[in-house]
Amino acid sequence: MSKKAFRPDVDAPEWKGGHTPYDIIKEGTIAVVVIGLLTVLLAVVFGSPDVPAITIKSWSNHAPVDFATTALSELNGTSLTAAYGAPYNIQPASANQNLGPLKLDYWVGVHIPINTVTDFVVDPLKALPNQPVLHKSLAKWSGASASTRAAWVASYTKAAGKMKFENGQVIVNATNAGPVPLMINDLTMMARSGALDQALITGDSFYSTDYTQSLLFISDGSYLADVAGKQHLQGNQWGVMNETGSYPGSAWLWLYTFWYQISPFSTSSNADILVLATMIILTAGLTLMPFIPGLRSIPRRSRVYRLIWREHYRSQK
Amino acid sequence: MSTSEIDRQWTTRLRRRGFGKLPPEKMLPDTQPSYVASWIYVFGVATISALIVVIATGCVLAIFGPQWWHVSNIGHFVNSLHLWSVEIFFFSMVVHLWGKYFMAAWRGGRAMTWITGMVLFLMSVVTALTGYVSQTNFDSQWISTQAKDAINSTGGGAFFNLLNPGQMLMWHIVLMPLVLVLLVGAHVVMVRIKGVVPPFEENVGADQ
Amino acid sequence: MGPFLSAALLPLNDPGHYFHWHFLEISAANAIVIASMVVVFVLALVLPFPGRRRRKENQ
Repeated sequence: MSKKAFRPDVDAPEWKGGHTPYDIIKEGTIAVVVIGLLTVLLAVVFGSPDVPAITIKSWSNHAPVDFATTALSELNGTSLTAAYGAPYNIQPASANQNLGPLKLDYWVGVHIPINTVTDFVVDPLKALPNQPVLHKSLAKWSGASASTRAAWVASYTKAAGKMKFENGQVIVNATNAGPVPLMINDLTMMARSGALDQALITGDSFYSTDYTQSLLFISDGSYLADVAGKQHLQGNQWGVMNETGSYPGSAWLWLYTFWYQISPFSTSSNADILVLATMIILTAGLTLMPFIPGLRSIPRRSRVYRLIWREHYRSQK
Repeated sequence: MSTSEIDRQWTTRLRRRGFGKLPPEKMLPDTQPSYVASWIYVFGVATISALIVVIATGCVLAIFGPQWWHVSNIGHFVNSLHLWSVEIFFFSMVVHLWGKYFMAAWRGGRAMTWITGMVLFLMSVVTALTGYVSQTNFDSQWISTQAKDAINSTGGGAFFNLLNPGQMLMWHIVLMPLVLVLLVGAHVVMVRIKGVVPPFEENVGADQ
Repeated sequence: MGPFLSAALLPLNDPGHYFHWHFLEISAANAIVIASMVVVFVLALVLPFPGRRRRKENQ
């Protein structure tokens, strides 16, 4: 039986040379102490960021027109969440992200059901006590047909381009908009009071750790993105890598966010799944490097190893 | 009990297999091959050391709960320790990766050591993501609402909800640390069993 | 403990500086981190490792 040929990029020679004393516990202890001290030094000098969370209350008080416009988009189905698709609501397959014939999110379907009309607007308003005028309007809304509601919302939407906020009121000169003006105005007041933050916390339980609805509502508006933009956190600012202030962020995500900056990813409606697929392929390549001829030869051909083992090669001469 | 019956026991077989592959003098050696003589070799232990500091500071944050660091000066300092130890962790891990790549450290039956290392890198990225969205501040709001689109595009968002801080925190402090520690253990055991990869032989043919 | 832990010496809360080149954009902080990694890697390769005489004796 012939001896298998030695493959220098796959096989390793057997070490028949000398050994030196090695104190693994001492090395580990020194490493932990050094790293610990370095951590303390960096923490004492630079600290860490803690930009407070935005609430619906702070958003609607700082930018009431943006809030009211977002509330309208939840009602007329044009908000990001309303038109999202899986896992929040059912939309045509084309609304979701496709990877060629693969429609992974569409196939998995709706598991976190959100109806922005009821969950973000109607139900929170219904919860307000002692509001006879509002509740009469809500009854009018509930009793109307789908086409009547759509017509009201469309009328309001048409006039909403000139929306103003004056003396604590949302002002839109809409005609034939039914109860919609009152609903949007009262939701804005509810938001400004802080009551909407609580009403949107997901679940009927006293204790909830799920902020899906609040976060989706906030991110449907422009305010969150504007604050993020000032901190260079938006996607087209390579924001995935960045941190608030001047702190270092996740530098290891450089290649992940790189793809989003270039065509075809930058203009694709399937950008996320395309970038993920690209990164999965590249990561698989790096993980399976031992089995990829050519790529696994680069270490030997580049001869960087001659620096690492220079003492060994010198002693062999 | 006969000897053959004892030999067949699960305990006996596991112990013999385990200590056969990794006897105490291999697990805790007192010598190393003389070619291990470069500063590049310290980045593996530096990465593990940073992970120890990450976990220790994480435990202190856990003692007082996820809101503590917003309201306490000491808490904020511990959070700073946690942040910078994570930065050192990724710094060391990537320099370790570069060194191991240029040594072609997968040679000689060490492919699984390389692969567990790469999986550790990926799991670390996931751990960091769950940590970022558990900060309960603006950062968490922005990162979760943006990253959810990527997770959702795979269908995974139906089960792994970045907008649910309760779920994310439990992944961050229970599930992911368990995965990381088990993988680090496997990675280190493999290095101890196989030994540190020897240098390339010079004047070898071009055959791969 | 108070003043020592109440505030960082050089807090980095002000908006950062960013470097632009065509579509590339990187924060100063991240650029420093990545540059440091490269410098540390190169230094690790070229700096002599202590204990050479001991290793020579054990060849």
